[in-house]
Amino acid sequence: MRVGSGNGSRWGLRVLGLGYVTLLLLLPLVLIFYKTFEDGIAPPLDAITSPDGLHALKLTLVMVAIAVPLNTIFGVGCALLLVRHKWKGNAIIDAVINLPFAISPVVIGLSLFLLYGQDGWLEPGLSEAGIKVLFSVPGMVLASVFVSLPFVVRETVPVLQEIGTEQEQAASTLGANAWQTFWRVTLPAIRWGVAYGVVLTTARVLGEFGAVSVVSGSISGQTQTLPLFVEKQYQNFNLPGAFGASVLLALLALMTLFAMNLLKRKEDA
Amino acid sequence: MGISVEGARKSFGDFQALDDVSIEVPDGSLTALLGPSGSGKSTLLRAIAGLETLDAGRVLIDGEDVSKKPTQKREVGFVFQHYAAFKHMTVFENVGFGLKIRRWDKAKIAARVHELLELVQLHGLADRYPSQLSGGQRQRMALARALAVEPQVLLLDEPFGALDAKVRKDLRTWLRRLHEEMHVTTIFVTHDQEEAMDVAGQLVVMNKGRVEQSGSANELYEQPANEFVMSFVGEVNRLGENFVRPHDMEVVLDADERTEEGMVQRIVALGFEIRVEFVLADGTEVWAQLTRNELQRLELQEGQIAYLRPVQAKSFNGSSPSDGQGASTPPGPEDEGDVEKSTAV
Repeated sequence: MRVGSGNGSRWGLRVLGLGYVTLLLLLPLVLIFYKTFEDGIAPPLDAITSPDGLHALKLTLVMVAIAVPLNTIFGVGCALLLVRHKWKGNAIIDAVINLPFAISPVVIGLSLFLLYGQDGWLEPGLSEAGIKVLFSVPGMVLASVFVSLPFVVRETVPVLQEIGTEQEQAASTLGANAWQTFWRVTLPAIRWGVAYGVVLTTARVLGEFGAVSVVSGSISGQTQTLPLFVEKQYQNFNLPGAFGASVLLALLALMTLFAMNLLKRKEDA
Repeated sequence: MGISVEGARKSFGDFQALDDVSIEVPDGSLTALLGPSGSGKSTLLRAIAGLETLDAGRVLIDGEDVSKKPTQKREVGFVFQHYAAFKHMTVFENVGFGLKIRRWDKAKIAARVHELLELVQLHGLADRYPSQLSGGQRQRMALARALAVEPQVLLLDEPFGALDAKVRKDLRTWLRRLHEEMHVTTIFVTHDQEEAMDVAGQLVVMNKGRVEQSGSANELYEQPANEFVMSFVGEVNRLGENFVRPHDMEVVLDADERTEEGMVQRIVALGFEIRVEFVLADGTEVWAQLTRNELQRLELQEGQIAYLRPVQAKSFNGSSPSDGQGASTPPGPEDEGDVEKSTAV
């Protein structure tokens, strides 16, 4: 059955869809851009280029640089395990991997507290070794890895299932060992699934607020990522600063997406 | 390089794919594994390549036990039914894959790949991607890829199964010629008896995870070991305990002590060959294959009574209790003493 076959109802649906997206997604974003540059480029620029702003930007990029490769390697490996090596534990792994999606980031932050905080399970060993997890970068990395863990796995599993095992078997009959087969046959075949997972992971790590906020303590110039910086500026009534950092965050995420599209287009050409 | 499989067993859950299978494939031969789906023929082929591990038994290539060797060290060329083309590589890269793995230098790879593309008649398509090729071209590319590394043996798993009838016929003629030129020991799996007889010098007929009979096409047709083989490699009628090929059914108009009475039910003209279908007194349906001249001489009409005399018949009393395709007989006693399980082909 075709819904909206008439010209009028087709236009009606389009207007409805566009209106919905505009009101809920586009308008708020446009307003942020507008508010940011309302008084020219100087105020937001000042806020971002302040020592605390630059430090927040740097720390955010450090989070991405650590969490994204970790989750990519883990994600691809885990997807291979789930799809290519069937065993009974797979159902459990499959369910556990979804936990970060199911649990609120604040709860994740608190759970890290229980593990690494004062009186935490791992605290005695760690403090003996001189490692400070909470209120410092290691804890923030752990939180970022935790919340963004499922993306690469979830994006890679269906592509792995779709390509099947015949190409890999063909590679082995041609003399390729497991490692060569992975690099030359499997990975190229699943690369866009992985790439999409990487983009989502990056976006999530860039924007993560809840879990990182709990474990970092949000100390300006020390443990403040861009999202935490935005909140601080907002609370201090420095709206241009808050908006400026927000725009910067949005641009970083857009750039990741753009980079992937560029790579893909270059390959398709 | 001869191939032998000894006492191979493999089950998938409750399903017994291979049940004590032994075969001998002599050096340089072209052998077909023939059987219905689920007969274990593909599993046997994959076990030779190392793509399946056997529960019991062993695989020998050129006298060497390779059962414990991983696939990549067995030096087998394998061609898959659905091509298994590397989709992200060009035809050139596909064919050169095995050579690149073996760290040949670029110039040598290029020379070898072009030589092979010439052989499989794909020259000029080296820069195409598999998605830009037809099914027949993809399968020839897969064959060139398998041959590039000069395998000890070539294994083909229903290589023409996914192609249309015309291309299939061309390719099998071409495969036979290729084998005459290259002399690499070749095993191919098929469920099509005509294809097997057309291409292969030796046939191994499999059913329910066991080898029913091995031999040349002629031997299987003339001296089938049991009713399964008889009905699988050709058409067959059942008359009591006897099995008769339709072309061994003589039709006469006068009864004698060796004839059976039947009513002509239908006459189907298939060009020069005529198919005459009868119903016997006990309700059995059989058919006879006549020539156009014979039919004209007999002046048969649908609905008339005529007499059938088997010129040549076979019976398999006490033989294999297989449930053949076509012949519907109750299974015999579980006496499998004289089922041929392993024969040199």
